[in-house]
Amino acid sequence: MALVYTEEHEMLREAAKGFLQEKSPVTEFRSLRDNQDPLGFSRKLWQEMAEMGWAGILIEEQYGGLDFGFTGAALILEEMGRTLCASPFLSSSVIAATALRFGSEETKANWLSKIASGEAVIALALEEGVKHDPVATSMTAEKSGNGYRLNGSKSYVFDGMAADGFLVLARSSGEAGQADGLSLFMVDSKVSGLSSTATKLLDSRNYAALVFDNVEVSGGDLIGSVGAGLTMLEPALNAGRIGLAAEMLGCSDQCFESTTEYLKERKQFGQIIGSFQGLQHRSAHLYSELELVRSAVIKAGQDFEKNPEHSGMIASLAKAKSGEVGILAANEAVQMLGGIGMTDELDAGLYMKRIRAAQELLGDYAFHANRFAKWRGF
Amino acid sequence: MSDLQAFQEKTRSWLEENCPKSMRKPMRNEFDACWGGRDCEFSSEDQKLWLQRMGAKGWTAPEWPKEYGGGGLDKEQAKILKTELAKIKARPALLSFGVWMLGPALLKFGSEEQKKQFLPPIVRGEIRWCQGYSEPGAGSDLASLQTKCEDKGDHYLINGQKVWTSYADKSDWIFCLVRTNREAKKHLGISFILFDMASDGVSTKPITLISGKSPFCETFFDDVKVPKEQLVGTLDRGWDIAKYLLTHEREMIGGSSDGSMGGRSIGEVAVLALGANENGELADSALRSKIATAELDGWAFLLTMERSKDEAKAGHGIGAKSSMLKYYGTELNKRRFELLMASKGLSALEWEGEASNDGQLPRQWLRTKGNSIEGGTSEVQLNIISKRILGLPDPKAN
Ligand SMILES: Cc1cc2nc3c(=O)[nH]c(=O)nc-3n(C[C@H](O)[C@H](O)[C@H](O)COP(=O)(O)OP(=O)(O)OC[C@H]3O[C@@H](n4cnc5c(N)ncnc54)[C@H](O)[C@@H]3O)c2cc1C
Repeated sequence: MALVYTEEHEMLREAAKGFLQEKSPVTEFRSLRDNQDPLGFSRKLWQEMAEMGWAGILIEEQYGGLDFGFTGAALILEEMGRTLCASPFLSSSVIAATALRFGSEETKANWLSKIASGEAVIALALEEGVKHDPVATSMTAEKSGNGYRLNGSKSYVFDGMAADGFLVLARSSGEAGQADGLSLFMVDSKVSGLSSTATKLLDSRNYAALVFDNVEVSGGDLIGSVGAGLTMLEPALNAGRIGLAAEMLGCSDQCFESTTEYLKERKQFGQIIGSFQGLQHRSAHLYSELELVRSAVIKAGQDFEKNPEHSGMIASLAKAKSGEVGILAANEAVQMLGGIGMTDELDAGLYMKRIRAAQELLGDYAFHANRFAKWRGF
Repeated sequence: MSDLQAFQEKTRSWLEENCPKSMRKPMRNEFDACWGGRDCEFSSEDQKLWLQRMGAKGWTAPEWPKEYGGGGLDKEQAKILKTELAKIKARPALLSFGVWMLGPALLKFGSEEQKKQFLPPIVRGEIRWCQGYSEPGAGSDLASLQTKCEDKGDHYLINGQKVWTSYADKSDWIFCLVRTNREAKKHLGISFILFDMASDGVSTKPITLISGKSPFCETFFDDVKVPKEQLVGTLDRGWDIAKYLLTHEREMIGGSSDGSMGGRSIGEVAVLALGANENGELADSALRSKIATAELDGWAFLLTMERSKDEAKAGHGIGAKSSMLKYYGTELNKRRFELLMASKGLSALEWEGEASNDGQLPRQWLRTKGNSIEGGTSEVQLNIISKRILGLPDPKAN
């Protein structure tokens, strides 16, 4: 398959770009932040996105989705990255929608159409430590009657404060560090024994810390088979990783473009600073790196669309590379803007903070490079 | 079955029948590479056979039109051929500046007679070409070249000197940049001309490189007579051709390595040389993470090469983007060879002897240092990206 977008994709991109630039320019993000919005996104805007079909872009038509394919979802995220648009799209419509494909008919019927309509937001309750590490999961799921009893805690759950339900990875057997023995559950946020508190991070989005105190779930809430939760979750994790990579590509592109514009305006020593070769070469290097990220993101989207079960390696490439280059893009933006780049008034800092969070979520460079190296046999 | 599937089947069975077994192993040294030419010394009968068969089919230049000896394949078919060749680990039948550089330029700028005369022997590997661009005073600032070409009525007369001419002493013909107008601005007085290296007045002197090899030469022209029909394109407007050819050269240099050695990835080479821990991971974890970075970059770069080809319309160059590919690919290749050297430790330093295949690795490592110089240095590529792609203003002289 050629590594270019189809006409259909380009149309979606144009539509997304137009919508986001009008309804959700960076100033919107700024005002959510300045008003300390508890969710960090606008419910009203999310509803509008759902009406356009975005919320169900990966969901089958029988549940009210568009079933448009993953590349489209990645394109939307890329455009969201450009304007720093915050929404539960990644959590609910990309990660949860992918994971729930393996759910029981009942779970699907309960949740998928609500995700597609934007009525429900679902977040991924996975991390327990400070680095992404699914196998380290120690939260317990004990058999209890026909269902399970969950005990433990989860942290840094993105969109957790907005969630109506959680995808929860818990240990039904074995011990922390083992990939086997993990099970995946779909848990309603209103269930008794579950409490949440907000965690404020630098990117001003909503994150939750969850405590599960004897939370009872039914057997039907189990996704896939018991003990195989990580296998069930892996495609969803990879969808999230590629999604974050696409979002970071959008962030980095935007940072780079505005910096390049500034280089063509600002004068020092009687010259446009963009004529200084020291800055030119760094810009040209960053341009080249961004081209590599773009290739990886396109390929990852295409491969995931074709074969979600076998997209771990390409997802790792996209996530690692876009995080690494994202950090470079943000750092170079601030440096080349000079003093003004350090001010809150300019957007560079906002991009820097979002990229910092996005590159850490679902595995940073080292996590993915390590995974990649193992696959490659060294 | 779709047309492409049918093509794939046919290609596969043709290769199965026609690619000699000994040509399906990674190249061990430079003698395994076949550059063709009048005085080509084939290292084996199989090597000769492989070139003859591929040449006859036009598959040494798969996308060139059939009427000029090429394979006449479209982009999709060419991709299939490439994949099928890779599957059986086939060695390239021919390495050729004619195929990589001159051909595309002739297809775009050459006259019908020139295409008919020069392209088919390139495809068959009968004529080997070298590139006469650089001069002692004209490297990065190529357009300041001074080799003189005068109109003598029924022929041109060429005097001057080129330098760093790769394989000048082994080549049959040269494509050469010469100054035909001293009054015009420097870019507007250059012509692109072809001539036989066996012409009277041409001489070459090999230069030894840091790798101990001497693949390139100083090349001298002393009253060399060249028939007028061997000038390509318009008089004084050779710079456009030169630049177009460079975009092909740059793309080729950028993508010339896939970062493997003898069919093994750097990671595999390192594990073999240094051992793994109980998890099967390279024991030296600092080296391991550097290799992982290089391999991730290598993969993203390969995808970028592929994407550039997909974006470029068939038959056209990719313009200034070739500078990005050249810059990134060559810097990456240098990084990879640093890692290969580190992976093999002290044994990587062996310069002679059978064990090291006469120092194949360190010599290759040294050779890669030239990748970011030949075809325009990394700094020059970054200048081009800044100006042509990012639209940044020219640096002012201070
Ligand atoms: C292995 C190899 C094979 C080659 N084969 C051929 C061949 O077949 N035919 C042929 O014609 N030539 C060939 N060349 C020559 C090659 O194209 C030149 O060496 C190259 O263009 C650089 O020119 P130079 O050596 O004069 O270096 P210079 O131009 O003198 O450069 C010296 C340094 O100054 C830097 N520099 C120069 N200008 C700028 C600028 N504007 N901004 C920033 N930095 C700058 C360069 O990047 C470099 O670091 C070959 C070279 C090598 C190494």
